[in-house]
Amino acid sequence: MSNVTVMPGRPAGTSSTPAGGDHRGRPRRRPRKPINTQFRTAVSPHQLNTTRGRIVYWIVLVVVVVSFTAAFVFPLYWMITGAMKSTEELNSIPPTFLPEHFSFDGYLQAWDLLDLGTLLGNTAVYAGGAWLLTLAVDVSAAYALSKLRPAFGKVVLALMLSTLMIPPMVIMLPAYLTVKDVPFFHWNLLNTPWAIWLPAAANGFNVFLLKRFFDSIPRELLEAAEIDGASPLRILWSVVMPISRPILGVVSILTVVNVWRDFVWPLLVLPDSEKMSVSIGIASLSSQMPQNVLVASLVIASIPTIVVFFLFQRHIMAGLTAGSLKG
Amino acid sequence: MTTASIPVTSGGRRREPTRLRRLVQRNVTAYGFLCGALICFAFFSWYPMIREVILSFQKTNFVDPPKWVGLANFRTVVNDPAFGPAWVNTALFTVLALLCGYGVPFVTAIVLNELRHARAYLRFVVYLPVMLPPAVSVLLFQWFYNPDYGLFNQILGFVHLPGLQWLNSTSTALISLVIVSTWMNMGSGTLIYLAALQTIPSELYEAAELDGAGLFKRIRHVTIPQTRLILLVMLLLQIVATMQVFIEPYLLTGGGPENATVSVVYLMYQYAFNFGNLNAGNALGLMLMIVLMVFSAIYLRVSRDNTV
Repeated sequence: MSNVTVMPGRPAGTSSTPAGGDHRGRPRRRPRKPINTQFRTAVSPHQLNTTRGRIVYWIVLVVVVVSFTAAFVFPLYWMITGAMKSTEELNSIPPTFLPEHFSFDGYLQAWDLLDLGTLLGNTAVYAGGAWLLTLAVDVSAAYALSKLRPAFGKVVLALMLSTLMIPPMVIMLPAYLTVKDVPFFHWNLLNTPWAIWLPAAANGFNVFLLKRFFDSIPRELLEAAEIDGASPLRILWSVVMPISRPILGVVSILTVVNVWRDFVWPLLVLPDSEKMSVSIGIASLSSQMPQNVLVASLVIASIPTIVVFFLFQRHIMAGLTAGSLKG
Repeated sequence: MTTASIPVTSGGRRREPTRLRRLVQRNVTAYGFLCGALICFAFFSWYPMIREVILSFQKTNFVDPPKWVGLANFRTVVNDPAFGPAWVNTALFTVLALLCGYGVPFVTAIVLNELRHARAYLRFVVYLPVMLPPAVSVLLFQWFYNPDYGLFNQILGFVHLPGLQWLNSTSTALISLVIVSTWMNMGSGTLIYLAALQTIPSELYEAAELDGAGLFKRIRHVTIPQTRLILLVMLLLQIVATMQVFIEPYLLTGGGPENATVSVVYLMYQYAFNFGNLNAGNALGLMLMIVLMVFSAIYLRVSRDNTV
């Protein structure tokens, strides 16, 4: 900011002339801290550190920061404060930027009316169970495919990866029927956590990520453990798992966040209002709630994922790029 | 194999069974580790994939044994007055979502990559909506879109523009869905592009500059070719993802007004759960599956050929 405004002793016309030729003209002025040009990008570092370059740079920076804040933070601000306003205040024109008085009644009402405690508890159970089951199932599968190399291992892997080709939405109806009446066992899993947990574990992408990581673990390490008499399970637990913590972190976060955010699948398999996940519960009651109570429930429902994001930002970003560069 | 079996000595004979036993043991252990995944995949991925096809050609009511009905389900679906709008809307939604959700993140990523300040903040902020549960984002925008007291019309009123009907008008309903979708999804695209941009070697830009290429020429001839692969992969992924649009029409418009926002997956859901015709829903799903598998196949081909 200050770079734009403080231009002492400088003729007004110079900023429009091409910079570079006037280096000698101002020897007494302390050079400003240059904009860091350590990484070369499309913009030339020389142009960036000319006066005009700096002005443009700071204008662009301010515009970007302001517009990003307006686009992505302001709606959240509006949501958090909207929940504190009364219905009359919400309907008033022009709107109030700050609530007239900060009251948490909206939040308390939302908690009671929508029974958010139960909904959040349900969702935590679904996400936590899916996390444990996915780790147990997918890690052991990837370990078997990568290190134990059974007969037909390649076929099994190909079949698992083929599920990545089928978008989940298009098989949701037959999958729903399977959950409703599991073949051979004739269990009805609707309204049980298993309806979320078991399909979550059938995740070809997790198997792929884990197998690719396990493939990079040197064989000698496992052979050394084998010579020491460790069983395959012991090797998995004491050798492979500790080395694989980064990828286990990525898979864990992907699983938990996916279950927490999922909408369509829980909508189908958890019709009972006692068993709903938080997204479904709020959506199903949304039309019957006063606006401020509904908005308050939205805030409460988003707190857990935002907290997870704050805590595990690095892992989440790593998972994102892992997802984009899969092959 | 053959060389090992030629010397039939006592030692070799003793080793054969142990090797076989070890092979069997290794396989038994391996499949022991695999069985959990095999069960989960078999029941919840592989079997539904097959059943999707079977059910499309059957009539089932889950009391009588299923009847094979040939293409009757497909005829039912195609003759539905909502069939045409559903595909047109899905295609239109995909195209509009690509215009917003594909171009905007890439341009944003290029700009972000030039900035030297506030990078962590900007990256965090752009990804924030991605972390909200989609239902939360969609219901939040439902409030913003309210023609009487929604934020958007309040802002328009503030700058003395007439308010819009947003979700209630056939002309703006679909674009309203695209705006929500872009808002809540663009963070991931932006960060993926940003990661790709940071891998471009700086020598390329320097060389281009020495050759006299200006800023836009450098973007055109260095940045875009260097990120071509990721751009293509993201394009295909995004097509597949946006063609499955469901939550936006389900929560915001219910397919209305006048079928202006009904999507293929939404129609599929309606067949199964509102019209009580699960088989017709399956037939529609099979059509979508075939369309999407083309894109998925291209995607897998592209990413396999170029990354590993």
